[in-house]
Amino acid sequence: MSEIDEKLRAELQRQGVWVTSMQDLYNWGRKNSIWPLQFGLACCAIEMIATAASRYDIARFGGEVFRPSPRQADLMIVAGTVTKKMAPQIVRLYNQMADPKYVIAMGACAISGGPFKQGYNVLKGIDRYIPVDVFIPGCPPRPEALLHAFMELQRKIDEQKLTGAQKAEHLRPEQPSEFPVPKFGEHDLEPPANRDVFQPPKLERV
Amino acid sequence: MESLEQIKTRAEAAVPGARIDIVPNPGPANQRSLLIDNEHALAVAHFLRDDPALLLDFCSNVTGVDWLDRVAKKTAKIKTVVDGVEKEVDQTTEEKIPGYLEAVYHLYSMTHKHGPVIIRMRTRDRAEGARLPSLTAIWRSAEFQEREIFDLYGIRFDGHPDLRRILMWDEFEDYPMRKDYAQPDDFEWEPTPHDEVLTRAKEHYTPRPQLDGAEEITATD
Repeated sequence: MSEIDEKLRAELQRQGVWVTSMQDLYNWGRKNSIWPLQFGLACCAIEMIATAASRYDIARFGGEVFRPSPRQADLMIVAGTVTKKMAPQIVRLYNQMADPKYVIAMGACAISGGPFKQGYNVLKGIDRYIPVDVFIPGCPPRPEALLHAFMELQRKIDEQKLTGAQKAEHLRPEQPSEFPVPKFGEHDLEPPANRDVFQPPKLERV
Repeated sequence: MESLEQIKTRAEAAVPGARIDIVPNPGPANQRSLLIDNEHALAVAHFLRDDPALLLDFCSNVTGVDWLDRVAKKTAKIKTVVDGVEKEVDQTTEEKIPGYLEAVYHLYSMTHKHGPVIIRMRTRDRAEGARLPSLTAIWRSAEFQEREIFDLYGIRFDGHPDLRRILMWDEFEDYPMRKDYAQPDDFEWEPTPHDEVLTRAKEHYTPRPQLDGAEEITATD
């Protein structure tokens, strides 16, 4: 598990000896078979479908196995407008996914509410209720952008540690893997945002 | 298709007691509509659908309008005696018109390929009296759209087979398309605020730092 000197590793490889660590092997396996949850919310889902189809072919990155059950999925691609009526279901689906799990917020709507931000029925970003790993702007983002986000997520998984103080969140029992499902309130969702997950950025005046 | 005046005359003849007004449209479209009284709305709708010359068998669109309380100003010239001389003076009278809600139906005929004929119904007020007869019995396609009006404007349709909210959740209590709808205050993070959004976002801004006189110092000092 300890770190190997890169020069030594390269030298060994030249001699025909392949040395790796448990962590590298584990992360290499995980990052190359990310199973997304098969669901779409709006027009971004069409781009997601295009990404999965033959022209863009997300299978090149090991992400072609779209699972219709959250129990079998590693990645939630929030592709489209999240209405306030749909938000509790999204959070519930996320809660039902097994750890380790990742979220890509795809498109302007999923990251902020997008063009419908001022509407009475649109959630201003799914990051108000669940932690998001990669945000992709765009309306909708092109398949290349989704692939880029996918590669970014792979990079992120590759850097996750299995031991030590900096180890990955899903290996730390004190980190929550489920988040409260918002309730339908009389005027808005209750609560309007999960403050443990979402804090609005502070504006600094100088 | 016959003119709106002809339709009005024939409908009033066919339905005894029906009161129909023609609502003018001052806009460039000049698309006038028939205002139907609530008591005879079903009978008039029946006539519009089944009359052989009209056969308005297709209800393409149903929508709502919210009219707040408003004051209508009328200017009239009246003759008064000022200093023994008779003069014409403009007198403005203000008339308070209480608010109401409207349902607007756009009707076409598939058989005759004509339309639209637009009919309206008005509620008594915007609160308890916001009730209208449902026209779902005449045009089946009005069912979901009347539910949508109920959801967003709060008009209750008497005789509707299944009057529930259709877009918002059942626990929701407001009517978002009404003009006095107050949005919940979730403007704490607005990256590109403008207009009303800016005003509401500013309430969440941290206050400016106290002035200490340093901003008065200029480069020449």
